[in-house]
Amino acid sequence: MASNEEILAGLAEIVNEETGLAPESVEMDKSFTDDLDIDSISMMTIVVNAEEKFGVRIPDEEVKNLKTVGDAVNFIAGAQS
Amino acid sequence: MSTPAIKQATLREHTRIHGLGIYRPSVVVTNDDVCQWIDSSDEWIRQRTGIVTRHRAPRDVSVVDMAEAAAREALADAGVEPSQLGAVLVSTVTHPLATPSAAAQVADRLGATPAPAYDISAACAGYCYGIAQADALVHAGSADYVLVVGVEKLSDFIDNGDRTISFILGDGAGAVVIGPSESAGIGPSVWGSDGSKHEAIRMSHSLLDIRDYSLAAAAGGNAPAEAAEARAALWPTMRQDGQTVFRWAVWEMAKVAQQALDAAGITSDDLVAFVPHQANIRIIDEMVKQLKLPEHVQVARDIVDAGNTSAASIPLAMHRLLKEQPSLKGGLALQIGFGAGLVFGAQVVVLP
Repeated sequence: MASNEEILAGLAEIVNEETGLAPESVEMDKSFTDDLDIDSISMMTIVVNAEEKFGVRIPDEEVKNLKTVGDAVNFIAGAQS
Repeated sequence: MSTPAIKQATLREHTRIHGLGIYRPSVVVTNDDVCQWIDSSDEWIRQRTGIVTRHRAPRDVSVVDMAEAAAREALADAGVEPSQLGAVLVSTVTHPLATPSAAAQVADRLGATPAPAYDISAACAGYCYGIAQADALVHAGSADYVLVVGVEKLSDFIDNGDRTISFILGDGAGAVVIGPSESAGIGPSVWGSDGSKHEAIRMSHSLLDIRDYSLAAAAGGNAPAEAAEARAALWPTMRQDGQTVFRWAVWEMAKVAQQALDAAGITSDDLVAFVPHQANIRIIDEMVKQLKLPEHVQVARDIVDAGNTSAASIPLAMHRLLKEQPSLKGGLALQIGFGAGLVFGAQVVVLP
């Protein structure tokens, strides 16, 4: 079970690998599309890598609800509990 | 009285691809052309899909025309006469008649009559489905040589205003002749389907929608022009859920590709080429990453010029690769098709 801080750090690492964005720019209130400029295909790669890293399942229909980094962190935390 | 013994077809041990032919239609559609129809840019389309141009057939060139042209080239390349064909298989989802098949017409035009002929509806996996069946037919002794054509005129089934898939689609045809071989030339097929995801890539409407609308419009006395416009909007065109397709195409299909390697008894080190369905450059690149393909394996990226041509994309891509690098001939290639159904198929083949 990871804390929200740990999930955020892990997610930032995944985003960095996929996009090259600095991990510290991946903050809870940032929008994946508007702030981080992550397109739908990169988002899917991030989702699959997050599933593997955190041992959760993020269904396709859930992905469109993950607008901000915080949405993703909260979903993963909820799915782990 | 005992049942009399019957003879069965004689099994053959090996099969291979004897020849390859293609048809690329003449009309080139650029990203700037596409941007007249959707709010986008050349850069956006290249970045998301890898596509720079796609070829489309003029109005007077049909699926049967394109299939015939590719088939003639494949037969010539194989040195096989049409009369030697024991079956003609045409993989397509864009022949505009549910029946009769495109295959029967193609067989007739080639002079292959009375070879059995039928169409295969397996979208972007259609070519690999065709190879699976041709391989089995020759193996089983049901046919000496089998023609497999992958052909699409997707431009008849696109909506220029659609942002999900229409702008990536192109037209074209590719054909191969499969026949007996002294050594193994086609590995076991790994193929399947998942109809629970049938809506992930689909036609926007059914032909029945057009019929029902027309009947209702006629009964309601709609103004003819208005009715005609609304009816035209019901014409079936392609749609997809890009994210669902991307996840399935990369992570599920990488497993299928690996199974095809395992079934053939080789590893990716033994390959000279990887010829995946040309769906999207991002899918191809991510698959290469997932499969951890060694650097020496040449990856087909015909999509850049040809767009996504569904059932035609693998033979078109293979043809380009062999034209640009003839030294690959005789080497092992991994091919994998996947698409609407959802359906998939993969094999390791010896390049013709």
